[in-house]
Amino acid sequence: MSAYDKVTLARSSSRAMGSFYIGQIIDDFVEFHGDRRFADDGAICGGVGLLNGEPVTCITMKRGDTLEERMARNFGCPSPEGYRKALRLMKQAEKFHRPVICFIGSPGAYCGIGAEERGQGQAIAENLWEMFGIRVPIVTVVIGEGGSGGALALSVCDSMIMFDNAVYSVISPEGCASILWKDSSKAPEAAEVLRLTAEDLYGMDIADVILHEGYRTEEEIAVELKEMLTKEIGKLKRLSTPRLLASRYEKFRKIGN
Amino acid sequence: MAETVKCKKCGAELAMDVLRKHKKICPCCGYYFRMTARERIDMIADRKSFKELDKDLSSYDVIRFPDYEKKLEKAMDETGEKEAVITGTATIGGYPCTLFVMDSAFMMGSMGTVVGEKITRIFEYATENRLPVIGFTCSGGARMQEGVLSLMQMAKISGAVRWHSNAGLLYITVLTDPTTGGVTASFAMEGDIIAAEPGALIGFAGQRVIEQTIGQKLPEGFQKAEFQLEHGFCDMLMGRMEMPKTLANLLALHRQIPEKERRNA
Repeated sequence: MSAYDKVTLARSSSRAMGSFYIGQIIDDFVEFHGDRRFADDGAICGGVGLLNGEPVTCITMKRGDTLEERMARNFGCPSPEGYRKALRLMKQAEKFHRPVICFIGSPGAYCGIGAEERGQGQAIAENLWEMFGIRVPIVTVVIGEGGSGGALALSVCDSMIMFDNAVYSVISPEGCASILWKDSSKAPEAAEVLRLTAEDLYGMDIADVILHEGYRTEEEIAVELKEMLTKEIGKLKRLSTPRLLASRYEKFRKIGN
Repeated sequence: MAETVKCKKCGAELAMDVLRKHKKICPCCGYYFRMTARERIDMIADRKSFKELDKDLSSYDVIRFPDYEKKLEKAMDETGEKEAVITGTATIGGYPCTLFVMDSAFMMGSMGTVVGEKITRIFEYATENRLPVIGFTCSGGARMQEGVLSLMQMAKISGAVRWHSNAGLLYITVLTDPTTGGVTASFAMEGDIIAAEPGALIGFAGQRVIEQTIGQKLPEGFQKAEFQLEHGFCDMLMGRMEMPKTLANLLALHRQIPEKERRNA
């Protein structure tokens, strides 16, 4: 399968995303709304539920299923309020000593006048900065498209699980092709050179675990994801808080050194 | 004949040496020309106080990206620099600090792994030596040619900023033209104090991309330093004329009190 095939799969409207897996894996999930500052961003949804009987905070990017819902959720492109809601829920998780699971799948941060006026860059920056200090384990699961800084704002973590048909890129292949060759239809070539597949990220020590989807149903994949999450969170819970935070920094510190 | 440049704003023909003497501000209309990293350091650091660190770190084609090597060579030839950021230690008004200064002349100040590494190292150096960091940002964002490795530098640097901050140390950012993309969405916006040069373009998304997305022209002054001040995203506009003095004052106001004195206080 080519890199661009994976991009297409990762973006596919029929692909199960974070909300589906939360439904499969997490019991008694309760969603919480709003950033307490300005609005509730539908492109990011989060709340608390039980993973094997233990409370966890789950935060996911969400694009919606119907066209109406997609428009309401801005096609999964978060606004500053989405990132601020996510941060609020992470701090809540920290207060109540429960791990955080973030699900990634978004074309990128929303770009528009309002998003700039309300500090899209600042909101992402603040999440990156704050997440290096959140005193509970953070596991990120990359399911769909990891679209640049907008995806990174939920990706500072202790362990990153990546689906083998998910991608993560500094720029969309279309954007890259139009800069490189002034032709966005050359996106497949761009996808190859950008090194955005799960294998690429695993090879660069960014992704820690790859989930091989294979020819399985999403329900079957969810069973394996639950096992992986249980294992990763179990490992991280054994670390002292100073050790946890030091190794989180170390994980990113060694990228491209 | 002396080298001349034309002011982008008022069109005045200016002799380069005159412009340099005016801190690269147009004497006719006050327009801020972009500065190279070296010019910036000369302007704000006390004379002969700057000591460069990691000056030999240079990039290579980490993911074998088309034409990247050529682009790097061209940027090095044109600027005489090895990368898009210069880091080191200096004093400003006699107060010691560490500096990182980005250079838009080098591949639009874009951030790849070496830029990320140099900035991370200067924060780690400052944390170890209990020094403040003053950073001048100007960048088009993460460097496409190094793929997702560039993107991850946003997180890496943010981690280093966080650990520096945890140590109770001061970080000042001065946003200069242009500060956009992944740099805005990470260390540019993480300063304890955020200043911006008048008229600088500061934002996350590029203007052309926004216009294409929303299908309309952007209003005058959108994403300028003054816009960021108005919307609460920077503490002050900092003009070049008063910049060394203002920075020295901020350093003085945050002077580290030695541990012993603090305990006795």
